Amino acid sequence: MSKEGRFRKRKHDNMQPRNQTEEGQSTVTSTPVLLSFESFQKELDAKHDKYERLVKLSRDVTIESKRTIFLLHRVISVSDVGELLHEADVKFGDIRLKIQQIAQELIGEDTCQFHRAFSPGLQEYVEAVSFQHFIKTRTLISLDEINNQLIFTPKTDEVKCSEDLASSCSQDEKQEQQPLCLQVTPTDYLLGIADLTGELMRLCITSVGNGDIETPFEVSQFLRAIYDGFTYIGNTGPYEVSKKHYTLKQSLGKVEDACYMLTVRGSEVPKHVLADVLSSKPSRIDQEEGV
Amino acid sequence: MSVNELFGAVQASLAADQDVREDIRKVVQVLEQTAREILTLLQTVHQISGFKEIPNKCQKAREHFDTVKTHLAELKTKFPADQYYRFNEHWRFVLQRLIFLAAFVVYLESETLVTREDVAAILGIQVKRHKGFHLDIEDYLSGLLILANELSRLALNSVTAGDYTRPLRISSFINELDSGFRLLNLKNDSLRKRYDGLKYDVKKIEEVVYDLSIRGLGKGDAPSEGKTLDK
Repeated sequence: MSKEGRFRKRKHDNMQPRNQTEEGQSTVTSTPVLLSFESFQKELDAKHDKYERLVKLSRDVTIESKRTIFLLHRVISVSDVGELLHEADVKFGDIRLKIQQIAQELIGEDTCQFHRAFSPGLQEYVEAVSFQHFIKTRTLISLDEINNQLIFTPKTDEVKCSEDLASSCSQDEKQEQQPLCLQVTPTDYLLGIADLTGELMRLCITSVGNGDIETPFEVSQFLRAIYDGFTYIGNTGPYEVSKKHYTLKQSLGKVEDACYMLTVRGSEVPKHVLADVLSSKPSRIDQEEGV
Repeated sequence: MSVNELFGAVQASLAADQDVREDIRKVVQVLEQTAREILTLLQTVHQISGFKEIPNKCQKAREHFDTVKTHLAELKTKFPADQYYRFNEHWRFVLQRLIFLAAFVVYLESETLVTREDVAAILGIQVKRHKGFHLDIEDYLSGLLILANELSRLALNSVTAGDYTRPLRISSFINELDSGFRLLNLKNDSLRKRYDGLKYDVKKIEEVVYDLSIRGLGKGDAPSEGKTLDK
């Protein structure tokens, strides 16, 4: 970061004399305008750099979250569940470190200004965290729970600093010393949860293949509740939410179909055949949706 | 908490959000109305008769800006101060228009480029973000680009009105603005798109200056020195 700043400054220093020679010393009146544009240049560059750094951090969060979700899918098929869940926890720790970096970038900034830079990462994180929460507890994680995990206490040296300043410092300084936190917005939460339903559908189908008879029913009940929730929100939410609503309906259809098959034919057909039957189902559902 | 309760809470916050947006929209509509009135007032400078009354027009426009101030003060109260960028898109357009109008008034009065601080003062808002409702730098720059477009029109019409020195002054002003914008490293966004239009304004004014100088109508032969010679 500092390197980049130095580079830009140098470039800008190079430009200044060139402009002076071009314009000549005679046009004294032109200097204030050019000077102010030089300060605009600095301001815009600083903003764009920050934006790019946030995008990069967000991408890292997305990738790591996706990997964690893949890891959690393995939980169902392998017996040593505890170890895998522990591994997921470690991964979440790393992801939170990244999110903490995002929060650090946003100190003293308007979070909404850069929201578009880091929102995809946060959504993926919500998806991963809520998936793990479902596997552990079979319930939906709340927005507050997610946000509480994203409150970072400042490092020890910063704490000392804040104690020294606390007595004398002004209000803005106090705000900076507060524990870092990054709040997931309700919209990001909703979009993350909508993505979660896709993962749950996958979980349902694979668990059938593994001869797990209970999970599909639990998942279908859970999905139905989420679907009802989205229906309740309807179109009060942003456009993206309504778009996901349709995909959610498809996922729910697949899961309900799986449960139906299990109930009707579960007793007579061998498990592995059932899994094959189910995986051929989705195409038929899609056709129905189209009508 | 059950899934239902969770979604209820989220829905409540979304509904609250929509109410805020509704309030903002109402104020912005009034602002747009005032902005149109100022524009109508200033448009008359393009008419032949309007050139003589420029100070008078600016005076009237300044009075209108007082109502703008009160409306912007009202807008401030409609949402939490730290969520400026969350609702920013609702007033972005009208704010850019107002910046342009303020810059236009200042140009007509003194033929100088309005500073960011002065625009903020005219509109009764802040320059720095942490002090409250502020003037975003990109909005300010967009407003200046609208001004450039308007001035290219004014150069043309001032020739029609028989004022042959004004295009020269406008030309030096726009050239200065252009070299200012060249200092910026713009991203591929709406500001950049607007900046791309600046060169056509520059070209248009240069053509006017050319037409004048080959007919010996303007004073100076070098347009960039036109301003200093005039004054």
